[in-house]
Amino acid sequence: MSQSDLLAEAGAARALLAHFTARGASAVEPGILMPADTLIDLYGEDLRARAYTCADSLRDAQMLRPDFTVGVAQAHIASGAESGRYAYAGPVFRQQDADPGRPSEYQQAGLEIFGGADPHLAEAEVFAAMVEITSPLGLRAVFGDIGLLTAAIDGLSTSAPRKAALLRHIWRPRRFRALLDRFAGRKTPPAARARLLENLENGADVFASAGPQIGLRSRAEISARIDRLQADAAEPPISERDVVLLEQLLALRDTAPAAAEQLRDIAVDLPAIAPAVARFTARLDALAQHGIDLASLEFEASYGRTTLEYYDGFVFGLTVPGRPDLPAVVTGGRYDALTRVLGGGAPCPAVGAAIRVQVGRDLAAERGVQWP
Amino acid sequence: MDKTFDWFAARGVTLARTGSDREYAGAVSGIDGVELVLLSAGEIPRELDAGRIHLGVTGSDLVREKLPNWDDAVTELEPMGFGHADLILAVPRCWVDVDTVSDLDAAAAGFRAEHGFRLRIATKYHRLIREYLKREGVADYQLVDSQGATEGTVKNLTAEAIADITSTGETLRANHLKILSDGVVHRSQATLFKSRRAPWSDGERATLAALTARLERQAG
Repeated sequence: MSQSDLLAEAGAARALLAHFTARGASAVEPGILMPADTLIDLYGEDLRARAYTCADSLRDAQMLRPDFTVGVAQAHIASGAESGRYAYAGPVFRQQDADPGRPSEYQQAGLEIFGGADPHLAEAEVFAAMVEITSPLGLRAVFGDIGLLTAAIDGLSTSAPRKAALLRHIWRPRRFRALLDRFAGRKTPPAARARLLENLENGADVFASAGPQIGLRSRAEISARIDRLQADAAEPPISERDVVLLEQLLALRDTAPAAAEQLRDIAVDLPAIAPAVARFTARLDALAQHGIDLASLEFEASYGRTTLEYYDGFVFGLTVPGRPDLPAVVTGGRYDALTRVLGGGAPCPAVGAAIRVQVGRDLAAERGVQWP
Repeated sequence: MDKTFDWFAARGVTLARTGSDREYAGAVSGIDGVELVLLSAGEIPRELDAGRIHLGVTGSDLVREKLPNWDDAVTELEPMGFGHADLILAVPRCWVDVDTVSDLDAAAAGFRAEHGFRLRIATKYHRLIREYLKREGVADYQLVDSQGATEGTVKNLTAEAIADITSTGETLRANHLKILSDGVVHRSQATLFKSRRAPWSDGERATLAALTARLERQAG
């Protein structure tokens, strides 16, 4: 990309920042270098394939920031403020192994809201701000709600460890599917598991031929998992009816008002999701208050399950219609779990969204409109 | 190298070293227009990717590990039937509760909750292992780099599990490790690769056609 293109992209990002600060957000500028350990611990090993890791001869390895969210959240938590509304703009860095055509240094601009009395109003505010600023681009809005999925899993009549295993893998649909099939008795446990349980049943010493105890994972931890496996084997399968309801929920795709209608129907059979459905409806009301046309808003229950692990509630994207090859111009959502980890366990409601500036600019050029 | 020379010799192409046996120089006879370059197996993927060599013999594991989207960069012309080694995931034998990748995932969840950090897997095959574990949906792990003596890392408390190349499993057993029953990540062997990125002149294409005809005749 030429020097003037980079300048124009950065200029557009600054203009977006100015737009958000003019509407009451404080500008923040987190550093570009971030400790790699912190990010890997939060996001997982996959991040290493996407982010640039740099050696540092004095400190542990650093990463070029892959996004602003962690830096902004850390700055907010360090400030000790109860609530805050921040905007930012600047370059982020991603390796593009899977998509060599995409730039690996590009501008993001975004908005993050922490705290606040009403979580739905904060969500609606971020969403509406993003819809407003991108309105010349003709984007398609789609949203999901991880909170509905967690409520549905919590409501299954099965053991706590099984629920925990399913909750943990909401963001890894393949493993989720495999677990659900096993817990529902659709698949038999692997042969080695059956053998282990049989040996335990017969009172055999399962450690007899297992060699010496080595490594950090202790005998007590291994024994504790064996106890869990035995308890799990005695657990009745999740009922076919519950599995079908869960699958119905996961497959739900419709406009927001129609989805709300269907969710209320599912809640009749799966009462555990009723509070989450009430929150869903309250959020729609908040969105309507912010002038969002609900009829053109698409809900996909599984949206955000594959790529956006740290979003754990409301999650949304503003995408380019008919162009699945392009990344979403805007992605955002709620990430309370992430701020809880960063804050050492203290809850800190957080919702935000980021704009891929250049994708928006290219689109504006294509459509012959002025943006931002 | 000797096995590579034998493999080509069986197909009527003679590769030989020239000069002293310490000099990395070679000669080719039995076919025109082929020049021999002797390189470390680990560097051959990069050279193929850069298009500085047209053909290369190296392990299929190395190509997959070192090249992102390896099949855009090279094509596999012939698996050569030697240099067999499996890239595997292994855990301590004392983990009697762990037999599959799914068990490893469950152990990782428990380990992180107990110890406050992600379960560590020592390996030098970062890309292959990360892609495999992503595909399998394993969470709560991290990779730690180990360029050698990887089987010792568990006993030395620098990792909880390992991912490495093994041919007989002898070293694993000696270090009280066992392979996960579904933990074979890649079955590697020496393979003749063709660069998709190298410039191919008409003359070079003709040479390649002559060479592959020779290889196919043998295979048939």
